[in-house]
Amino acid sequence: MEFEPTIVSFLCNWCSYTGADLAGTSRLKYAHNIRIIRTMCSGRVDPTFVLESFKKGADGILICGCHPGDCHYHEGNYKCLRRYHLLKKYIKQMGIEPERLHLEWISASEGKQFAELVDRFTGSIRELGPSRIKEVVNTLS
Amino acid sequence: MSKENSKPKLKMAVYWGAACGGCCVSVLDVHEKLFDVTANADLVFWPIALDTKYADVEAMEDDYIDITLFNGAVRNSENEHMAKLLRQKTRILVAYGSCAHMGGIPGLGNFSSKEAILKQVYLESSSTINPGPVYPETRHEVKEGVLSLPEFYNDVRTLDQTVDVDYYMPGCPPQTERLLEVFMAIVNGSELPPKGSVIGALDKGQCDECERKKSDNKHIREFKRPFEIEDDGETCFLEQGIICMGPATRGGCGCRCIEGNAPCRGCYGPPDDVPDPGAKMMSAVATMIDSDDPDEIEEIVSQIADPAGTFYRFSLPGSILRRKINTDI
Ligand code: FES
Repeated sequence: MEFEPTIVSFLCNWCSYTGADLAGTSRLKYAHNIRIIRTMCSGRVDPTFVLESFKKGADGILICGCHPGDCHYHEGNYKCLRRYHLLKKYIKQMGIEPERLHLEWISASEGKQFAELVDRFTGSIRELGPSRIKEVVNTLS
Repeated sequence: MSKENSKPKLKMAVYWGAACGGCCVSVLDVHEKLFDVTANADLVFWPIALDTKYADVEAMEDDYIDITLFNGAVRNSENEHMAKLLRQKTRILVAYGSCAHMGGIPGLGNFSSKEAILKQVYLESSSTINPGPVYPETRHEVKEGVLSLPEFYNDVRTLDQTVDVDYYMPGCPPQTERLLEVFMAIVNGSELPPKGSVIGALDKGQCDECERKKSDNKHIREFKRPFEIEDDGETCFLEQGIICMGPATRGGCGCRCIEGNAPCRGCYGPPDDVPDPGAKMMSAVATMIDSDDPDEIEEIVSQIADPAGTFYRFSLPGSILRRKINTDI
């Protein structure tokens, strides 16, 4: 059976979630692997959310926020970007492929771009194969 | 025991798992207050100071010991056996010190694996000649009988990943004054906090305790190592570009490192509302970086040479990811 990745995604309320909504109302088809969690801002995505998602079995994590300069709270997306770089570095040190975490800016009008992004990211995680994080973290050896 | 002191003495044990011995020494650091301790408690088991054997502990009834301070992480089968045995014989089991609490310095072993560590120690280190090669065996038969060694585990574990723990007393080592406070509270029969609490430390964070000057908006454009700056002795370390674990650390240690002009390294572990110290640090540090330019942000972040080792120096086994997932990456 082909591996179906579990993708957890955090979308900011004001742009990216609305963009995803637009993809839906435009009846665009995209990979069903994604589980969307709406946050008020990409700046609300605490690194704990990312680590917990990996621990609970996410194969890939996609964070989306407003384009630079467009954040509803002015600089939440910049905070997110800085955390993202730190997290990437950290998960690599922890023996996790950094490609499993991805950040992208999606505006409220970018339904099509969102659908394509989900397909692309799901494809890249499918290629990478299942994550071992859940199994390793939950079994003492 | 004199007549007026008719209250039964507490029975107390101190044991070390994978530890450096500093926690046991911190107990000795009560100095002359040791007389107060021994006036109120009999030390029934304490390998660093007393010649009591494991068999003596095995012979005790269940719950015979009132309080055990278990320091050190659980690294091998002997540590695990003793943790289970002491749990069975003890009423109040305290994870004493960073290693029992969160894994501590030995917990950094979780960046590696059993295989890699044994290979390094018994095969590859430059002072080793081992043509066999021979590795430690847990069981070896000789004509006089069977020799045994504890099994070395792949994972360093915290005490509560091994047995049920009543309280946590953090620190590397815990401050001796805090130990005395906790001890006297137990002796005086004060009401104990709910099971699972962190004791001998504060609820608030290290930054609330720290007396260095802080501004509300920190703007960091460059991270540096302590030797690269001339510390003015009074400005917040983070504001000088030095990574300080204050934002993700519980207060209660008396800011000893900071008062010695060294940044906090996080041995007291995170406050109650912080599930993962590293996640909190990543969050806090990211907020302070003074740049909105993606390339520049990457450059500034790259100056933090070892986020995993710095943010989880004392807490890797107790953190969300617990260990390095794939040692080949
Ligand atoms: S509101 Fe969209 S990123 Fe802040």
